[in-house]
Amino acid sequence: MKTIMSSVFIFLAVNLLAGEGLKVGDKAGDFKLKNVDGKLVSLADFKSAKGFVVVFTCNECPYAKAYQDRLISLDKEYKAKGFPVIAINPNDPSIEPADSYDAMVTRSKEKGYTFPYLYDEKNQVFRQYGATRTPHIFVLKKNGQGEMIVKYIGAVDDNHQDASAVKQPYLENALNALLNNKEPEPNFTKAVGCSVKSKPAQQM
Amino acid sequence: MNSLRILFFLLLLLIYPEMHAQDKNIPVLDFSAFEKYLNQDSDTVFVINFWATWCGPCRRELPEFEKIHKTYFDEKVKVLLVSLDFPSMLEKGLKTYLKNNLITAGVVLLDEPDANAWIEKVDKSWTGSLPATLVYKGKNRLFYEKELTYRDINSSIHSLTNL
Repeated sequence: MKTIMSSVFIFLAVNLLAGEGLKVGDKAGDFKLKNVDGKLVSLADFKSAKGFVVVFTCNECPYAKAYQDRLISLDKEYKAKGFPVIAINPNDPSIEPADSYDAMVTRSKEKGYTFPYLYDEKNQVFRQYGATRTPHIFVLKKNGQGEMIVKYIGAVDDNHQDASAVKQPYLENALNALLNNKEPEPNFTKAVGCSVKSKPAQQM
Repeated sequence: MNSLRILFFLLLLLIYPEMHAQDKNIPVLDFSAFEKYLNQDSDTVFVINFWATWCGPCRRELPEFEKIHKTYFDEKVKVLLVSLDFPSMLEKGLKTYLKNNLITAGVVLLDEPDANAWIEKVDKSWTGSLPATLVYKGKNRLFYEKELTYRDINSSIHSLTNL
């Protein structure tokens, strides 16, 4: 029993130290971040939402840009069904000036974003979620207790270059499964993306 | 006469890297054609760097890989730069960049959009962000999902050759 307890403890400690972020099945925390309209936004503000498509994305990464239009159409379709898109820019503008708050405001207007585009000013939320690249998707679903459970982590689909050549719309499939009270399959995918540009947490 | 010879030699030195870097032939490979570069069983150390011209940290570390390539030119160390630039950017983006930066190490362009199908074949731990580097010799593999310096790459080469 002692060894089990200590290995559980070591497992927890290692996880905490490595800061691996969320896994499918974990409870996701809320946040309060500044939107491009200057207002603070939290998940708790969306009382009637069944869940969320939390997307860590940015202005300049070509992979993030490739998915801008797809995220707008996904938001239009799934917001009405209870799963709005919440976009978060995790990048530190002192490292990547093109991802400054002002540039986010401009991009949101230019593209006509239908979803909040939030600024992770303290570089904390992306760490809490474990986002490593842009774009990086986390689908959350509210359970009976109102807690946000992670149901899908990964890519939007299997073709960043050409939306018309997509064979596996991973994110859409995951949302449709959740709307039918099923678990997404797959619930975890990987994609190439730009690294999150931030200073190491220890330097704070 | 002698000074003319020296002048000619100096001129040759100046244009030599240019000659090397120009008109690079860059194979565009899908993953099945590329996979062999990840599993070459020999006594050579392979340094495989995944990068793209639009990736800032990748651009910063690229000269470090070029330096490794030059340092170990006659040894059993091979550098391969795997570009994940979009194929539409091959001529103007990638080739121009390599030429302007005098890159002489080998380059291939990996064109396989469904990254979920191949990322873990490079390394199980890779989440997919760039840059990323695999250094291996036979069955011994080291993987880094971060920007590296000449020193980092050099010490990983040494740790594999000293086994």
